Amino acid sequence: MTVTINGKAHQLSTAPDRPLLDVLREDLGLTGTKYGCGEGQCRACTVLLNGKPVTSCLTPARLADGKSITTIEGLATGDRLHRVQQAFLDAEAMQCGYCVPGMILRTVSLLEVTPHPTDAQIVEALDGNLCRCCGYVRILAAVRRAAQTTDGGLPHAE
Amino acid sequence: MDNFEYANPSTVKEALSLLTAGAEVLAGGTDLLSLLKDEVHKPKRLVNIKNIKALGGISKAGNNIRIGATVTLDELASSQLIRAAYPSLVQAALGITSPQIRNMGTVAGDLCQRPRCWYFRSGNGLLNKSLVENGENKYHAIFGTGSAQFVSASSLGPALMALGATVKIAGADGKTKDVPVAQFFKAPSAEGEREIALAANEIVTDILVPAPATKNATYEVRHKQALDWPLATASVALRMSGTKVTSASITLGHVGPTPVRATEAEKMLVGQTITADSAEKAGAAAVAGAKPLSQNAYKVQLAKVAVKRALLTAAGVKAV
Ligand SMILES: Cc1cc2nc3c(=O)[nH]c(=O)nc-3n(C[C@H](O)[C@H](O)[C@H](O)COP(=O)(O)OP(=O)(O)OC[C@H]3O[C@@H](n4cnc5c(N)ncnc54)[C@H](O)[C@@H]3O)c2cc1C
Ligand code: SF4
Ligand code: FES
Ligand code: FES
Repeated sequence: MTVTINGKAHQLSTAPDRPLLDVLREDLGLTGTKYGCGEGQCRACTVLLNGKPVTSCLTPARLADGKSITTIEGLATGDRLHRVQQAFLDAEAMQCGYCVPGMILRTVSLLEVTPHPTDAQIVEALDGNLCRCCGYVRILAAVRRAAQTTDGGLPHAE
Repeated sequence: MDNFEYANPSTVKEALSLLTAGAEVLAGGTDLLSLLKDEVHKPKRLVNIKNIKALGGISKAGNNIRIGATVTLDELASSQLIRAAYPSLVQAALGITSPQIRNMGTVAGDLCQRPRCWYFRSGNGLLNKSLVENGENKYHAIFGTGSAQFVSASSLGPALMALGATVKIAGADGKTKDVPVAQFFKAPSAEGEREIALAANEIVTDILVPAPATKNATYEVRHKQALDWPLATASVALRMSGTKVTSASITLGHVGPTPVRATEAEKMLVGQTITADSAEKAGAAAVAGAKPLSQNAYKVQLAKVAVKRALLTAAGVKAV
């Protein structure tokens, strides 16, 4: 199967029961996508499939055939971080950082659809993304901050 | 997990021919991947139906609205046709976890998902009356049937049932049949029997929802907002003449091995106006026959409140 990952086409073959998460982490070494629960509960494994957020632990890799995927590794342009990444750094919205790739990708997709979300919309969008240590207050602040900076969408959005 | 085959048909006919013994339909995979990992299902072949164009889309079809089997939960909740006519379905779909699941999970997959009963998911089968009765049963049935004490997991099921929807199924011989949602869900009476009226070599192709002559709503009670399945839900559809109810359809969700129809409460409401008082009485009637287990009497109260609030929401009466 052919999958475009972070703008680059990959030829892959994998067993039909393997989650996309395993293929990204184990076969492609893209370990920025995190494994939290493996059952759809924590959203640490969120990636964008054709621009939409999905839990990669419950997405059979074969269903990505012909589609494009964005992982956390694909957001920066060269040395320049994506504005959502920068906002999370600036707001110091992380402690261990485990939940952050999922948080950022969910935020990127939120801002594509709703460029100026209210706090309620932010909370609703990130509702399922669990953070176990840093705290949601700073994450909320980071998303607000990202929404205020205007440049940059997905570097290789279709 | 063992290696097995993967098939990628582009027509229903081709998919049916691939569904030989040991094969299983794959839609969004959000439930199936867990079932495979826990070795609850051990298919020899997965038949991906997401590339079958005919199974997608939402459209008007005569007096019905047709929802394709592989329409995602997100597509369902954002469809103008659905939003305009069936708030009940939108409320049920939006209750399902986060956008991440709604972007992959499909409508037919929601109806066909397996129960979340932890005894079932750990390989003990579906009919564990004694395990459930003597063990942890907080989230089990309050309307159990015989040995079936698990709860149907589908959020769309109760809403579709209250709306009088039909499931269209294509079988191996190429024949299709229409099964009312109320008969699609069934409590198994022997181990190995399914909780839905669907054979292993059949495919759900469409869901047909009759023209919306009703005021409808779904009300869910959940532990936390984003995670887990509801504890109890009620879906209602009311036909009205002015402020008077001419017929009511009320279905409880997540309280029994199938969605549970509240016939007594439905009868009570005919000729009535929906007020806090009549809605409360209907709620009480809806749970009158409940048989809670040792740890889940609280669900009786939740179901009762869900009925009351769903009725008030459907009728546009402010909840108190
Ligand atoms: C964390 C989490 C929380 C959830 N919360 C809820 C909730 O609150 N309410 C709720 O209702 N659901 C909930 N779900 C379940 C979710 O809605 C389902 O997993 C999803 O709808 C299944 O759709 P799918 O396309 O991914 O199905 P798959 O996983 O691909 O398939 C599931 C089953 O259905 C069969 N199947 C699928 N489509 C067809 C078809 N057209 N014909 C015949 N058989 C078919 C498959 O063979 C398989 O056995 C939750 C899931 C997760 C992971
Ligand atoms: S306090 Fe608890 S949740 Fe937070 S990092 Fe420590 S163990 Fe994890
Ligand atoms: S690892 Fe995918 S949701 Fe937790
Ligand atoms: S920063 Fe540690 S889980 Fe969120």
